[in-house]
Amino acid sequence: MPAFDAPHVELAGIAPELALAVAALFILVFHAIVGDKLPSWYLPGLSTLGLGVSLFLAVGVWGEHELQLGGMVALDGFATFSKVALAVFGLLSVWLARDYLVREEIEEVEFYALVLFAIAGMMLMVDAADLIMMFIALETFSLALYVLVGYKRDSLISQESSMKYFLLGAFSSTFFLLGIALAYGATGTTHLYPGGDPTTGILGFLISNPASDAALLVVATGLLIVGLGFKVAAVPFHMWTPDAYQGAPSPVTGFMAAGSKLAGFAALIRLLDTALFPLRWDWRPLLLGIAVATMLVGSVLAVVQEDVKRLLAYSSIAHAGFVLIGLIPATDLSVSGALFYLATYGITVLGAFAVVSAISERGERRVRLNDYKGLFYENPLMAGALTLFLLSLAGVPLTVGFVGKVVVFGPAIDAGYLWLVVVAMVASAIAAFFYLRVMVVMYMQEPDEGHAPARVGGLATGVIALTAVATIFFGLYWTPLIEAAEKAKFFANL
Amino acid sequence: MSDFPFLDVVIFIPLAGALALGFVPKGRDDLLRWGALAVTLIAFVVSLGVLFNFDMHDAGFQLGSKASWIPDWGVTYSTGIDGISLWMIMLTTFLMPLGVLASWTITSRLKPYFIFLLALETGMLGVFASLDMFLFYLFWEVTLIPMYFLIGMWGYGNRIYAAMKFFLFTLVGSLLMLVAILFLYFAAKGGPTFDYTKLLTLDLATGTQRWLFLAFFASFAVKVPLVPLHTWLPDAHTEAPTAGSVMLAGVMLKMGAYGLIRFGIPLFPEAAKEFAPIIMGLAIVGIIYGALVAAMQKDLKRLIAYSSVAHLGFVILGIFVGTVQGMSGGILQMVNHGLSTGALFLLVGALYDRRHTRLIADYGGIAATVPIFAGLFLFVALSSLGLPGLNGFVGEFLVLLGTFFSYRWWVIPAAFGIILAAVYLLWAYQRVFHGPITVEENRSIPDLNWREVAMLAPLVALIVFIGVYPKPFLERIEPAATKVVQQLNGGSTTTGDQAEAP
Repeated sequence: MPAFDAPHVELAGIAPELALAVAALFILVFHAIVGDKLPSWYLPGLSTLGLGVSLFLAVGVWGEHELQLGGMVALDGFATFSKVALAVFGLLSVWLARDYLVREEIEEVEFYALVLFAIAGMMLMVDAADLIMMFIALETFSLALYVLVGYKRDSLISQESSMKYFLLGAFSSTFFLLGIALAYGATGTTHLYPGGDPTTGILGFLISNPASDAALLVVATGLLIVGLGFKVAAVPFHMWTPDAYQGAPSPVTGFMAAGSKLAGFAALIRLLDTALFPLRWDWRPLLLGIAVATMLVGSVLAVVQEDVKRLLAYSSIAHAGFVLIGLIPATDLSVSGALFYLATYGITVLGAFAVVSAISERGERRVRLNDYKGLFYENPLMAGALTLFLLSLAGVPLTVGFVGKVVVFGPAIDAGYLWLVVVAMVASAIAAFFYLRVMVVMYMQEPDEGHAPARVGGLATGVIALTAVATIFFGLYWTPLIEAAEKAKFFANL
Repeated sequence: MSDFPFLDVVIFIPLAGALALGFVPKGRDDLLRWGALAVTLIAFVVSLGVLFNFDMHDAGFQLGSKASWIPDWGVTYSTGIDGISLWMIMLTTFLMPLGVLASWTITSRLKPYFIFLLALETGMLGVFASLDMFLFYLFWEVTLIPMYFLIGMWGYGNRIYAAMKFFLFTLVGSLLMLVAILFLYFAAKGGPTFDYTKLLTLDLATGTQRWLFLAFFASFAVKVPLVPLHTWLPDAHTEAPTAGSVMLAGVMLKMGAYGLIRFGIPLFPEAAKEFAPIIMGLAIVGIIYGALVAAMQKDLKRLIAYSSVAHLGFVILGIFVGTVQGMSGGILQMVNHGLSTGALFLLVGALYDRRHTRLIADYGGIAATVPIFAGLFLFVALSSLGLPGLNGFVGEFLVLLGTFFSYRWWVIPAAFGIILAAVYLLWAYQRVFHGPITVEENRSIPDLNWREVAMLAPLVALIVFIGVYPKPFLERIEPAATKVVQQLNGGSTTTGDQAEAP
């Protein structure tokens, strides 16, 4: 008589996500009960607590490698590294947003809950080992972000960008969904990994079947790349980026640039560099084309921008191209390089948007390049911090951005993609021009009269200080971070 | 005493000084000036320790240190100098206090100014002392940023354009070099490494060498600068503040030539030999072209900038002719150019401070009003054009001698360049200092003050010293130069290595 086989439920893999979801729900309920009787700092306080617990839980499972929830979720170093980074981004974003929301007088409980939900979705994205799970995660954080982008309800530009982001996002989600359907049609499964049985999962299918059976899966791969390419703002799926970045509240823009990019790329890396690794000769040309287009289009279009947030949006497109270089060789070294890049780019770009947010004045009136004239003379510390972040984004040595370039481009050169790296260098040189342009405006032009010196809140100052220190520290001594990234292995390595 | 890490200390003294200056309270401009001067003087004194502890009979790297930095990527902090880098370091620490003295007339935003200047010194010293490719690249790129701000924030009229052009030109070159460095890193035998001495043992195929050499060359040739990559230089030199011009011409251009000697030739000897005739051709074009264009300039600083193109042409010619004389002469000429051109920029800067114009046409006949100034200008101009008995002659003569041994006919256009140098410098001297005074303001220009004399006197002394007695310099350069020449020639020195240096 067969014994009763209780379903094996292991929650360690999604514990950080659960913590965040619980925290978000708790904040909503707590606020409904307490209302406005407490001073509003308890909102960021509770969010910080939730993120802290989540971070703690994520760090706690470092080093474990297994599939959980029936193969839906992978608990591995790769996911853990990404989750820790996401939790840190979340913390920085919440602190930064607090000062911003108070200044704009739009602080409400939903904002924090949405940020927590978004991070939960992103975390689920990086450990999803199943296409359906990946889709759920994608939708979870996307929906939260659509609302956050349009959070300034009285601002037309915020509304417009939210709408645009939502429509194009929904459009790209259908591509992703179609990709899942085709993948299922081709392989009969949505699991990525074989699990215990080498013949199951997409990877198992690819290993045990002749290549001619994979034709439909190749099409599916293309569609999945389209869906994720939208999230990471790769050309030609980048159209939403400048508008959404410009219209969203600055802290949300920073959060989006850091978190959304990391989550999208992590999923893409897991998909392409492990499950679909046997198909690399099919997806590589596609990715090469996207990478080259992304780097060049992002860099070239950034040159003519007059709005700092738009400029950073195009810069984020260019950076997506650089990260793609880490995906293409699909070696251990290149994947760890890409992870390193994503984590450090997130910190740097959050810092940059923290400065933009801090000096933008009420209603974000001060975000045009011309408004930054002589910023160095008015507020040397803010200008200095922004300079540091821009230099890091430009990849100048002593900043972490340079190290990121080294650890991504190096493995690509090692794998024989010398020409691709040369293209990346050309793009970097073009990109340097517009970072320098911002510095010219800040340092070499006289300040305009009429700007009240920006009053920067304590939390925002803290975020800027933290990110600035991290930018320099990891630029000088990147051993701890690169070691962690190198140890962040996949559940299934080929 | 000799265990003291003079070299590493001298690299980081300016940086420490820059950090210290950051804490000077507002409104203490004098403290900033004297503080910066003190820091640079201390760096110079410590660098004398490097000089005296240097063993001239050792052609290898000495006085350095090595420490692990990023073990995962094999990055080390690794320094060391030979006879070539020794003089580059001495030149840097020697010129820097003079640059600070020249900055006495700067009145606005002194704190960031001196911080950038000192950070620049650390960057430049690091470039000359690094024996780890990663470290080298860090220092190499880091020098860009302070110089960018120095030109852009304290420069003259067209400063922003000049700063941008300077940064972008050099950056494009550097990025290509970074690709090549990463390629070398993975190509190294026995595991990836950035260690220069280990990379020297690489035996690359000639085809690979060619591409890598060109990538390094792109970076160094922009910096030197070789025609046709020189177009950033006249703008940057002209618009930079005096100290910036002195450092740019005196030291930063040498970083390019130094890079070719240290990395371009030893790492890729076959490719270097193959490209040598082309590079020498460009050098000759630079000598003639730079001189002709200099003669046509209306702006004194621009004239000196183009004269740098010509002088650096000599340096590059000497480096690639493949004889010890040529190489030693080229290296000595690097020092000479730093002294002479540095002095010329200081003088023109002093003149600008008085009359706020650099146009030759605005002067004329001022030798009567500023006799000391005129005398010094003539003296430095003569050293720059290679008058025997002064420093420029020794270097240029050695380069021509070395060229004669291996490429006889190339001497003719090169020597012609020296004649042209006499034309543009003396003609400029004549138009500025002699003839009738045409502009009324020129009747009442004050002559050099004690500070300006103090900053020019060491230069004058050294110009004469090298001209009369270059032995202490050459005997330290030669072992290292011989080594590089051997590498360039594939293991042997060619004709002429027996000839005695003057």
